[in-house]
This record gives sequence, structure tokens and C-alpha cells, in this order.
Amino acid sequence: MRLIARLDVKNEHVIKGIHFEGLRKVGNPIEMAKNYYAQGIDEIVFIDAVASLYNRNNLLSVIAKASEEVFVPITVGGGLRSIADIEMALSAGADKVAVNTAAILNPGFITEIAKRYGSQCVVASIQAKRIGHDWEAYMEAGREPTGKKVVAWSKELEDLGAGEILLTSIDQDGTKKGFDLPLLRAVNTIVNIPVMISGGCGNTDHVQDLKEIRPSGVCLASVLHYKINTIDEFKQRLTSINGTR
Amino acid sequence: MKKICILDYGLGNVRSVSNALKYVGAHPVISNTPEILKDSHALIVPGVGAFAQGMSALGKDGLQDSLLEYIKSGKHVLGICLGMQLLFDRGDEFGVTTGLGLVPGVVSRIVPRQQSEVRLPHISWAKVDPNPVHENDGGMFDGLPDKQRKFYFLHSYAAQDVPDQFITGRATYSGYTFVASVKRDNIWGAQFHPEKSGPSGLQVLNNFVKNS
Repeated sequence: MRLIARLDVKNEHVIKGIHFEGLRKVGNPIEMAKNYYAQGIDEIVFIDAVASLYNRNNLLSVIAKASEEVFVPITVGGGLRSIADIEMALSAGADKVAVNTAAILNPGFITEIAKRYGSQCVVASIQAKRIGHDWEAYMEAGREPTGKKVVAWSKELEDLGAGEILLTSIDQDGTKKGFDLPLLRAVNTIVNIPVMISGGCGNTDHVQDLKEIRPSGVCLASVLHYKINTIDEFKQRLTSINGTR
Repeated sequence: MKKICILDYGLGNVRSVSNALKYVGAHPVISNTPEILKDSHALIVPGVGAFAQGMSALGKDGLQDSLLEYIKSGKHVLGICLGMQLLFDRGDEFGVTTGLGLVPGVVSRIVPRQQSEVRLPHISWAKVDPNPVHENDGGMFDGLPDKQRKFYFLHSYAAQDVPDQFITGRATYSGYTFVASVKRDNIWGAQFHPEKSGPSGLQVLNNFVKNS
């Protein structure tokens, strides 16, 4: 399992909320990325938390700066709507792009990116909200319901050419109460591409919960931002799960 | 300061490679023109994407000829990921495509198509084990003890039927062992991304620059 630091960025600040709301500033994105890299993080995901709402993207200078000193894979998402946006993100130094809203509005966009840059470059981002015993996909940073069922949508995204899925639980986001395991199990079972789970990690025990499902990646936000556990503590826990990492 | 050319044929994460080279003290030049190529100490062929696309991009603007000429001159070349795959005889991603034929081997899916329970692409940090029979890796892994030979992989295809003497490292994914690195004379290949593999990856790039 890859350990991924997730940095949601609003203007020039990393922010963190609960259920995508009540956003608080927690630090400088470049400094935090450098710090997590120095501590041995496997990967970094930057999500522009407001870009999608106003159709803009201010994360590019952050990416350009971070990629000069952070030598692990960097994924960028939030407000990427056109091939021109993708091109800008990649040339700024992103290795992968995460797309949610634009894929909901035009599923062919995923295929278009995959054809042009390869599937390995396309991360399909899903924001899932529990509805009874099922999940609905949301867009616009967790604000707008889409009517799409998450599990079927994840399979569709794979078929469209996504190389990876970033699965975020809106219900668990920021709660530090653990991952939505039924959600992860349902998606991870139906798709045959790697899945990164996001939302809810509050301590190293929550990674232990993933022992059976074994997603490809685990996103950490609050737990790192608020210094509840260190990356090293997570690595040690993963080593005890895997034998080796 | 050594001038290292990064071949920009439209399919590489050239910026990441350039940043990493700067970090290890080299002078990277991103180029797609044969003229600048000639002027450099060594060349890196990066690349993400599909084999056929890669070959067709190299076919444009006489890049392939310049590349072959460059390699013949004896200067060091490092192929990364797709850039490594293109060094082999052929690839069978989206139909059979002829490769550069510089190292014997065929680029195929890591896992046969019928083994559908194995997730692809393979995305992970995997340990690269040196070839126990042919220990001369040309210095690629100098300064990296066993524990630190972990690198970031992102691929669905890998080189197969490569003669053992050219293999310098192997890695394993889901029980499938594949070629992680190769060396033939002045040509190095890395299936992993040294520019994205933290301090260990930077050490490999440093070794490349040093040996160029």
C-alpha cells in the first residue's frame, strides 16, 4: 500500500474541513509537501478545493515550486476541465491528473486524456456519499449530487480508460473515525485498476483496518496535518501488516 | 557541470526529470532537435504512455535517426519507463510495433491477459534485486544498499525474453517477476522512475551523471 499525503488547497493555503465543509487553514502547501517528502511519503495529491466552483485553477505555481524539490509522484486535481487544463497541470510538474466534475459532465473526457497521455496519467476522482446501503457520486467539491451510483460509475470510469481511482468518502472526510470500508470493498472488488482510499484516517489503527481489502493507496490528511501520527509510524504499521512494505 | 539532454518527444514527464537532474547538480537541457543533442554529455529518454505512440513520436522530425547516431557515438543514454521499453526489439501493446532494437527483448503485459485477477497498471514502490549472475550494472545502483533499492513503478508492460547478461535488476509484482533495469554497453534502462523515487532514485540519476 502506498502512503499518500493529500493536500486540499484553497488559494495559497492547505485547508481541511469535515465532510468537505467548515474549511480551516492548516499550512503552506509547498512547505507541507516538502516536509512530508522529507519524512518519506510515497506520493502527494494536491486538490484545488475551490477551482471547480469558479472555473479557475491557482494551484499551478504551487505544483511548479513543489516539483522542484519533491521527488515522488504528484497528482493534481480540482477544476481540470479541458485538455488545455491537463496540459498546464502536467507541464507545471504534475505526474497524474485527478478528474471528477468534468468526467461527470462529459465521461468521454477521461478517454480523451487517456488516449493523449496514457491511462497511467488519469486518476478518476469519485466523491461518494452514503445513501442508505448505497453511495451516490457528488461533484463540485462534494456539493452537487450527480445521480450516479458510485460502484457502477467506478466500473464505467475504468472502461473509459482511467488508470486509477481516487475514492473519497464525503461522510468520513475530516472525521478521523476511519475509512468507509464497505464503500472501499465494493469499489475495489468491481474494478481491476488500483484504488486509493481517502477520507477518515485518524490514526495508524485505521490502516490496520485495510489489511484484508488492501487498496493500492491510502490517503492521509488530518492525521498528518494535525500531527496525530507521523509518516514513520504509518510505515511501521504497514510493515507489520505486510511483512515488508 | 555536465550537460544532460532530455529528449522531448512529446510523451515524457520532462519537467520532473529536469528538476531531478538539477537537484543532483547536472545541467539539464530539454530538447527535441538533433542539433542540441550532439552538444550534450549524455541523453535521457523519458516517457510515459504506450509503445506504439512512443515509436511514432520518435519517428517524427528525424529524432529516431539522431538518437541511434547518438548511441553509436558511445555517449551514455538512459531510457526511463517507456523510454526504456522503446530500446527493445518490439512491443505488443495495441498491436505489434517494432522498437529501436538496441537491446534484445519484447515488451509485453507484465501479467498475461487471462490472469484478470491481477490489477494493472502496476503502481507501487518495489524492491529491485540485482542480477546475481551478472553483477556488473555499470554503477547504476552505486551507493545504494539493498534496503534502499526501492523505486516507484507505474506501468502495465515490461520487457521479456531479455538475455540474462543485459539484466541488471528484477522486481516482482503480485508474484510476477519482471525486468526492472538493463544495461548494454553505454545504454541504461530503468523500468522504474528514478526521478520520482525519492533519495534512492536521485542516487541512480547521480550515478548516471557521474558515469557519463
